Amino acid sequence: MEGPGERLPVSVLTGFLGSGKTTLLSRLLRHPGMGETAVIVNEFGEVGLDHRLIARADEDIVLLASGCLCCTVRSDLVTALRDLFLKRVRLQVPEFTRVVIETTGLADPAPILQTLMSDPLLAARYRLDGVITTIDAFVGGATLDRQAEAVKQVAMADRLLVTKRDLAPAPAVAALEERLRRLNPGAPIFAVAQGEIAPALLFDAGLYDPEGKTADVRRWLNEAAYETAPAPGHDHTHGHNHDHDHHHGHGHDQGRGPDVNRHDDRIAAFCLTYSEPLEWDRLARALDLLATQRGEDLLRVKGIVALAGQARPVAVHGVQHLFHPPALLDAWPDEDHRSRLVFITRDLPRAAVAGTLDALLRNDE
Amino acid sequence: MCALCGFLGIEHWSDTDIVAPAAPVAAADPVARRRGRRQRIAIINQVLGHYALQLDDWQACSYLLSSRTGRTEIVEDPMALWAAAEAMIGRKLDPLAPDLLARLEADSDGA
Repeated sequence: MEGPGERLPVSVLTGFLGSGKTTLLSRLLRHPGMGETAVIVNEFGEVGLDHRLIARADEDIVLLASGCLCCTVRSDLVTALRDLFLKRVRLQVPEFTRVVIETTGLADPAPILQTLMSDPLLAARYRLDGVITTIDAFVGGATLDRQAEAVKQVAMADRLLVTKRDLAPAPAVAALEERLRRLNPGAPIFAVAQGEIAPALLFDAGLYDPEGKTADVRRWLNEAAYETAPAPGHDHTHGHNHDHDHHHGHGHDQGRGPDVNRHDDRIAAFCLTYSEPLEWDRLARALDLLATQRGEDLLRVKGIVALAGQARPVAVHGVQHLFHPPALLDAWPDEDHRSRLVFITRDLPRAAVAGTLDALLRNDE
Repeated sequence: MCALCGFLGIEHWSDTDIVAPAAPVAAADPVARRRGRRQRIAIINQVLGHYALQLDDWQACSYLLSSRTGRTEIVEDPMALWAAAEAMIGRKLDPLAPDLLARLEADSDGA
């Protein structure tokens, strides 16, 4: 399926403790379309249970030697992925065409994405297919109330899976899904019962592939999901008119106590749109400044941009401190040739991000 | 830039020439490269000026970061720049700080 020079897609399966990751994974691995999948799991918490459940489905398992997938042990992930690739080349393991990394419930997905992006050898062999986050329909709301890690897992997702939906009352599920849409407007939400879901909805389903697939970029970006009324108090008095399409976390949850939703309050999701072509040097300096100095709170940045002097669109993708090299796309995915940058941030107000970008994008020379 | 990236010659993502990506480095127009480098420095100086710092080209391969008090430091690449600037001013450099934003807007409006 993959050519010799193509990079293997990696999906990161995350979700809080007990949210159904392993049930989902064990079901997925029994699906005929998932036969050529290697799985990496953590040895943490209920590792024995995790291991036994998925070992039966797939032999291509690498158990990480230590703890949680976070900065302190990401070298284990590097080693695991390198070993896996070398064994594949040497035919020491059955052929696999994709990798799924199941994180612990407490894991921050950002370092995993950064590992894939920052390690030169891994970046040459693997590419991020997407982040899949499971949320328990019954207790997911309470988990989001209490656990900042769970909120971040939702905010960084490309796909949101609401599990155990059959166990929760419909109004609670509806409220949870509305909350998820506010936290991460661009990520489609799917309901899952007993781990059953078609793999096509989760893998190779329009997520970003730098090697091309222009049509997929539209679904990858999904900026339409961010479109609501422009935020008040911001006019458009300069050359690259932009709109700020979505913002949340400021009192939308009526009826909740003031502290209950505090983790949500820190998250903002918005899209900035620029009608005039941008200068790459200015955009790159502005994004680099944001990523370097406020990267911890720059959870995801995705964009398709029109650049002065370049007829083809360019895709940009950043996770906290790191950005992929910009990818030159073959063509615009649709008639809309404006630059669109989607941000999911923590403690970075939309107005401040837009203001800094505006100031640095202006050509005043 | 980490040692491995430097060893492998991996360029910083923001230095990618995405406007003319097909041009090999050896064949690139040196005048255009110098012009691009000057423009990058000018953009960065918009921010550094707020902190009384200035960046200059250093032999077309590195940068010279200097303060008004005469401190200078050679910076190898963009990844090291902001950390060096913070070390020089002795405090956090926040790109979203309201006073910085006000200055950037004032500079732009006055241009």
